[in-house]
Amino acid sequence: MKCDLVIIGAGPAGMAAAAEASELGLSVTIIDEQPRAGGQIYRDVDKVSPSRAPILGTDYTDGKRLTESLRQSGIEYLPGAVVWAIEDQFRIMYTCEGRGAQIQADRILLATGALERPMPIPGWTLPGVMTAGAGQILLKQSGVVAKKSVLVGSGPLLYLIAAQMVRAGTPPVAMIETQTRSDLGRALWHVGGALRGWRYIMKGLKMLAEITLARVPRYSGASDIAIEGDDAAKAVTFIYKGRERRIDCDIVFLHHGVVPNPQASRSLRISHNWNAAQQSFVPKLDEWGQSDVAGVFIAGDGAGIGGAKAAEQAGRLAVLKIAEDSALLSTQDRDLKAAPLRRELGRELAARPFLDTAYPPYIAALTPDDNTTICRCEEVTAGEIRGYAKLGCLGPNQTKAFGRAGMGPCQGRYCGLTVTALLADANRQSPDETGYYRIRAPLKPVTLGELAAMDDMVQNSAE
Amino acid sequence: MKHVLTFLELESGPRVDVTWDGTALSLPEGSNLAAAMLAAGVGVFRHTPVSKAPRSPFCMMGTCFDCLVEIDGVTRQACMVEVTEGMVISQPQELGGQVNEM
Repeated sequence: MKCDLVIIGAGPAGMAAAAEASELGLSVTIIDEQPRAGGQIYRDVDKVSPSRAPILGTDYTDGKRLTESLRQSGIEYLPGAVVWAIEDQFRIMYTCEGRGAQIQADRILLATGALERPMPIPGWTLPGVMTAGAGQILLKQSGVVAKKSVLVGSGPLLYLIAAQMVRAGTPPVAMIETQTRSDLGRALWHVGGALRGWRYIMKGLKMLAEITLARVPRYSGASDIAIEGDDAAKAVTFIYKGRERRIDCDIVFLHHGVVPNPQASRSLRISHNWNAAQQSFVPKLDEWGQSDVAGVFIAGDGAGIGGAKAAEQAGRLAVLKIAEDSALLSTQDRDLKAAPLRRELGRELAARPFLDTAYPPYIAALTPDDNTTICRCEEVTAGEIRGYAKLGCLGPNQTKAFGRAGMGPCQGRYCGLTVTALLADANRQSPDETGYYRIRAPLKPVTLGELAAMDDMVQNSAE
Repeated sequence: MKHVLTFLELESGPRVDVTWDGTALSLPEGSNLAAAMLAAGVGVFRHTPVSKAPRSPFCMMGTCFDCLVEIDGVTRQACMVEVTEGMVISQPQELGGQVNEM
């Protein structure tokens, strides 16, 4: 099977791009590893029960607008398809229903979204410790909520999930927040942008009011946070206003921001630069989202964190450029269509500098204590990484040889940024000088059975 | 294995029988397997190959691989699988067997 454009990921960027591509006359296939479209932000939005919709709110149910647009003719939508390799000019290998398959495309749009920023603190590998995003996914997809949980970290998502838990009748026992008053003070420099993005600020204040009304205790400026437990999380300990505290719980939800999912773009050898405001690497892209690998575009949070609405605009902008390259749109028409999208994108991004400054990552989890496990898969500690640096280890790829960090099944997704930060700190280098893991296929595990089932017949059946 | 109910299901629907490490579990049909196991009180999904430390789902979106279980003989991420009648699920015997390394 061959098409003009393959989109990887059916979240807001991918779904909006697919609709735009189909309208402009491109043959488009959208591949997504989940059984239903929506990405993580609109996870299972088509399946949500009427009783749960008000808990999740209209920002979530609004996603149905996009999932419906996928049903228009001209869009080939492949759900439950896990991409594990992208080869030159461009052959995309994936697994679907236990069989390998492949598809060829002239251009690719990566819309693979974000991951939770790794938050290595003592005890974060214990059963019962999850990301806040995981807590939201449990609620969105399965209607499953934690009975006795604590939220730890910083950022708007923490307030959103707390407000949703209040509405579900299972408020968190406490919120242990890491941002400080001086973070808020610094953020006030960006208040102009915050006012342009006032809708987001109003939503934030409304969520805070819900949390306060439910009498959820909030401990802002907390430090020295650790999770206690042997076989499972039992309590969170921390220092608040100079005093040691301990809060009992069964479940801990961690969150201090999200970062671009780098796996697909890194595997294609696209250049990435360190973004200090977002404290993460972001792919190097032009104003249409095209990378320095010709024909590969990136839109949505995978291109740098901007949120769901910004992702839609970016997905559409990339497709306008692809349609122009494919001689389906004149340069003039491209720019005419792009202008309103860019205005909307600017509005969506206006509040980001305020939010990034007011809710910075938890410093102690960026360069953790020596005893803290930072590679969950291979159980490598921060102290071990610092030890490799002393032995002359300059870059993340070398740490693999020293101690297998990043070589487990998650392929560095939850330790990559930490290893870069630890090495950069120890070697007095910048994150750009230090670099990141070299990501190789398979991006997701593929079994021999799935490979063996990958034959021409499978290719034909996909057509 | 811990069987304390730390999660609550807000809705109920048709359920099917599966087995988890030889014990019968009744899970919502078609639901996300990792979520259903958590709601059924499964506290530990696997033990790490390095230190045998207990693990359970962390990301719920297919990226952390902490929810790996063996389903009908194949090691898979429980958060990427939907519940079907008669599934035979167990802790993965050996992590290196089915999961590729980079």
